[in-house]
Amino acid sequence: MAKTSEVLLSPIFKDNPIALQVLGICSALAVTSKLYPTLIMCVALTATITLSNFFISLIRNIVPSNIRIIVQMTIISSLVIIVDQLLKAYDYETSKTLSVFVGLIITNCIVMGRAEAYAMQNGPYMSMVDGFGNGLGYSVILIIVGSIRELIGSGQLLGVQILPLVSEGGWYVSNNFFLLPPSSFLIIGLFIWFLRSWKTEQVEPAEFKMSKNAPKEVKVDHA
Amino acid sequence: MLESYLSIFINAVFIENIALSVFLGMCTFIAISKKIDAAIGLGIAVIVIIGITVPLNNLIYTYILKEGALAWLGFPEVSLEFVGLISYIGVIAATVQILEMFLDRYVPVLYNALGIFLPLITVNCAILGASLFMVEKSLAFGESVVYGLGAGVGWALAIAMLAGIREKLKYSDIPDGLQGLGITFITVGLMCFGFMSFGGISI
Repeated sequence: MAKTSEVLLSPIFKDNPIALQVLGICSALAVTSKLYPTLIMCVALTATITLSNFFISLIRNIVPSNIRIIVQMTIISSLVIIVDQLLKAYDYETSKTLSVFVGLIITNCIVMGRAEAYAMQNGPYMSMVDGFGNGLGYSVILIIVGSIRELIGSGQLLGVQILPLVSEGGWYVSNNFFLLPPSSFLIIGLFIWFLRSWKTEQVEPAEFKMSKNAPKEVKVDHA
Repeated sequence: MLESYLSIFINAVFIENIALSVFLGMCTFIAISKKIDAAIGLGIAVIVIIGITVPLNNLIYTYILKEGALAWLGFPEVSLEFVGLISYIGVIAATVQILEMFLDRYVPVLYNALGIFLPLITVNCAILGASLFMVEKSLAFGESVVYGLGAGVGWALAIAMLAGIREKLKYSDIPDGLQGLGITFITVGLMCFGFMSFGGISI
């Protein structure tokens, strides 16, 4: 049981797929300008990764290793097609907003990466837990980025006005910068900084150090 | 005619740059941009693969998947668009595999240069994304060739620039927690802002 919770919880902060493994960031950037589509994307990805890990783990002993990539691709794309069709049937508006990004779950490296790294070596139950945990890790980052962008960018959360806008008689001047996609890079960058200041073992060593002989301070003579 | 092709190309390289404006292929974009040589190698591989797969997928879409495309077989109202995703990724995986074998056999120099990058490309979302955008924009065959090449060149340009910046960046004094991944994200964010300035241009 302890192992299950370890596998489930470690991807959230300790081994986060986006912040540490650098996987699956494309969709993290493009769909997060509003919280609602972000949530839909998180659910879609978590469902896909959980199920794909389960199915891939079920057949891991039958598939010859040289064609495994194409088999994994087929399983993942079938699942994504189901998700895509469900979304088109029940929430057409959001599916238009997400446009190609639902289809791009196929090439989202989290899904492939977990299939390759975990589901090929472990049993179906643990693989499902691992998939779900990684889905959660991805969702945490997306939801944080999505909330910050929607709150600061338009003063809303899930479409509900939290900060009253100046244009409607309130006091808050919306910061359109946060509605632009590049802002999510800055938010994720700062989030990584925050996370690594908290869990210092994740800090990457510098490639280049200042030599010891270099003068520490240049003294300026003001005479 | 030529003019419209040129405008699609410029549009794909600068205005809708596939890395910096629509954020595709980010995983490899950030992972393989430490060294400028590797970045250029990967960029060329992406140009080749996008340039081949986008037109191929265009043919598949027009003659097999599109609604009414199977009229020549006697099924005028069949639409196979829902299997689009799986066929595009199949085409991409197969092209990468064939290209790898072809290069290994006939152009070993190029194979040695690109070899390690080719398998990475199957899961690069820039490739699949370009095919999906091609369908969304409903391009004709000729246009899809130009669009594919433009998208590839745009991506290669972006990764080469990022690698150049990162090579300089390793000599700078960065706070511990921001070292590596964090500062790369922020750099890419600033580059995206730079590319947004192309946004207002209409050709």
